[in-house]
Amino acid sequence: MATYSINVNGETRKVDVLADTPLLWVLRDTLGLVGTKYGCGIAQCGACTVHMNGNAVRSCSLPISSIGDKKITTIEGLSEKGDHPVQLAWQEIDVPQCGYCQAGQIMSAAALLAKNPTPTEEQIGTAMNGNICRCGTYHRIKEAIVVASGKK
Amino acid sequence: METLTKTNRRDFLKLGLTASGGLMLGFNWSNASAFEAVSDSEIAAGLVDFNSYLSISSDDVITIFSPNPELGQNIKTSFPMIVAEELDADWKKVKVVQANLDKKYERQLTGGSGAIPHSWARLRKAGATARQMLVEAAAKRWNVSADKLKTDTGYVIHPDGRKLTYGELASEAGALPVPTDVKLKDKKDFKIIGQAIHNVDNLEMVTGKPLYGLDFYREGMLFAMIQRPASFGMKIKSVDDAGAKAMPGIVDVVTFKNNVAVVGKSTWEVNKARKALKVEYEKDGEIESTSDHDRIFKELLTSKDATVRRKDGDVDSAFKSAAIVISREYQCPFLSHSPMEPMNFFAHVRPDGVELVGPSQTPDMARNATATLLGIAPDKITLELTRLGGGFGRRLKADYVLEAAELSSIIKAPVKVTWTREDDMMGGSYRPAVRYKFDAALDAKGNLVGYKLRGAGINAGNSTREDNFPSGAVDNLLIDSVEHKSPITTGAWRAPITNFLAFAEQAFLDEVALAAKKDPVQFRLELLEKAKKTPSGEIKYDIDRMIGVINLAVEKSGWGKKKNLAQGFSVYFSHRSYVAQVAEIEMKGGNPVLKKMYAAADCGVVVNLSGARQQVMGGMVDGLGHALYGQITFKDGAAEQKNFNNYRLIRLKEVPEVEVHFMNNGIDPTGLGEPALPPTGGAVANAFFKATGKRLYNQPFMKQEEMKGVTLGEKM
Repeated sequence: MATYSINVNGETRKVDVLADTPLLWVLRDTLGLVGTKYGCGIAQCGACTVHMNGNAVRSCSLPISSIGDKKITTIEGLSEKGDHPVQLAWQEIDVPQCGYCQAGQIMSAAALLAKNPTPTEEQIGTAMNGNICRCGTYHRIKEAIVVASGKK
Repeated sequence: METLTKTNRRDFLKLGLTASGGLMLGFNWSNASAFEAVSDSEIAAGLVDFNSYLSISSDDVITIFSPNPELGQNIKTSFPMIVAEELDADWKKVKVVQANLDKKYERQLTGGSGAIPHSWARLRKAGATARQMLVEAAAKRWNVSADKLKTDTGYVIHPDGRKLTYGELASEAGALPVPTDVKLKDKKDFKIIGQAIHNVDNLEMVTGKPLYGLDFYREGMLFAMIQRPASFGMKIKSVDDAGAKAMPGIVDVVTFKNNVAVVGKSTWEVNKARKALKVEYEKDGEIESTSDHDRIFKELLTSKDATVRRKDGDVDSAFKSAAIVISREYQCPFLSHSPMEPMNFFAHVRPDGVELVGPSQTPDMARNATATLLGIAPDKITLELTRLGGGFGRRLKADYVLEAAELSSIIKAPVKVTWTREDDMMGGSYRPAVRYKFDAALDAKGNLVGYKLRGAGINAGNSTREDNFPSGAVDNLLIDSVEHKSPITTGAWRAPITNFLAFAEQAFLDEVALAAKKDPVQFRLELLEKAKKTPSGEIKYDIDRMIGVINLAVEKSGWGKKKNLAQGFSVYFSHRSYVAQVAEIEMKGGNPVLKKMYAAADCGVVVNLSGARQQVMGGMVDGLGHALYGQITFKDGAAEQKNFNNYRLIRLKEVPEVEVHFMNNGIDPTGLGEPALPPTGGAVANAFFKATGKRLYNQPFMKQEEMKGVTLGEKM
């Protein structure tokens, strides 16, 4: 076990975990931030997507020892009241079915729009192709990203 | 107006005051037909014989409990909409609460696209009864006749314009006798039903609130993962758990049945320690590989021991005198359900009772099975339902609940068992592998005079749906099935059996229509007309509803009128609803590109337009994705696909545009969780043939020779 100091949602958090513990399980089991989901554990489904210094990353495959002082943002820290443009668009378009993958989808979409406020359909496709939705809400995910891009 | 007067003393509704002084109405969801007042204390003491209830507080909050498991089919929003409609409530003031497992609920499960059809009448009655009591309370207060009063969006309205909110009337309404005559709204007056009402959990979902089983945490609980045999047909021979036990964070390692459970203080620690287990397995049954199944299927398709499911007329004579005979075979692989939330459950077995928390499609069955396992009475077990991160049929089974309960009973501690994705994908309960052989006999005029279907399945039960179309439309027909029993476990997978059978049948009929020199749509319509005028045997589908969706799909897709697009048609009846689909493929530089799909659905009344569109679009994406990519193969009893790196699921870039239309014909709702999935594969395969001249017989399509060099998407 070792102690790590990580910056999550603007706060410094101290955790005492094994060095190879993926960020995902530190967030979920140690910090109780369960909005970030486990889906595959091998960075194939995107359910665990968080932001690291603003980039969308798969937290299931990032050992805690590799985080250092990089800034982590989870779905819980994306906005204070669920009013990030992407979260608003997700509600407006009524995107979720089971909803389990949606936190990861939203984090990928938010990272995309932060860098590219008006993405083309092709750019949306590329940015979102790493996030699986088993319920098949892809049409509404695309639509919501377009809506969110107009909310900036 | 529809009037209900039936009284049944056994299935009564109960009424009382809530703690805050409001109206509380409990109703049996199976037969809400008569009422009986109960006191607040009875409710508080839990002595009330009701199954679910709506409450109206004096401050005008309407709470509606939704008893069925929510896995993305949107039941938690749609059920309360029906109650609120007949209550004439203001939807903005409705608070929806997920009810936990209660034996007083009828059919508290999610499966078979059955929740709305089974609950429609009782939900309406429940809302209408409360509305009527509120009206009577207002009539008393104003000293006017109740039939002079109207309701609108949460108010009772006096002819002179005065109005009272439901909250203001709730406690007085609660003191009134319960009406025996309950008037339901005319469907044309619906204000909430039919609207696109947003999912009541949206805010929680988009902000990452703990909703799912995997999110459940209890102070002091332990975490566990279980090593199960990787191969079906194997059992534990020996266990060396010393290495695992010595790992950090590990509390215990427990072997029971074919499970070795590693119990510890965090998910990651138990996951790591599990890899240090040394477990030897030995043979305990047949060890099967996909190559064995290929051989077994060949035998099954020609077996003399099939079970006859339906026989009309004389097929042998029909085939002997036929002008043309067409015979085709179709192959369907095993599939994993792979809901995004892997299996998990929390269990705490205490001396005085058992607490279970987690995602289940069949909480009642899970509780009863746990009671049997532990040898205790079911009423000693509470089951708290979380939201389900998908189900698709996988969570109809209770295996993952039982192992958590058994583990907790052994370690005498609260524990949550989590499956990894690999555990989930290798752990069984697959969509059964099935193969079909179809034979069609056409006379010289191109009439379908004989039809045979042989279904062969591995743990598939009856792999046919013998009473579906075209049964009833063909004079000489034989449908039978045969099954191989395998140690590989299978289970219901969204639209069981029809999820593949529909593709095979609709692709086959496309070929038969071509041989009969008829347009595929016209060919089906002629058969349906024949079934109507001169039916053969019993007809268990609604011919007019099927014709209705066919015509709607034809109209909306511009069937046969598009010169540069190859269209494929498909129509299927499953569960209780009808869906026709058209797929459009455009050839671009020699590559067929699936551009767009149309769906015409008849599910009766559309309860929630937004949720209904989701079910159709999602069902089609699901049907398309698995038809293109889905496949579990076996080597020496073990699944060869272990995670999403080699078990392909459809992704965002791969979905074509989808346009959805509903008949919305006023028929009481007939279900929509599954019926949009079965027709998709057939529509796509038929369009692919139109575009390329190549037929697809086997899934997954993308692994077939015909698909070599094809992407179905735009080449980038």
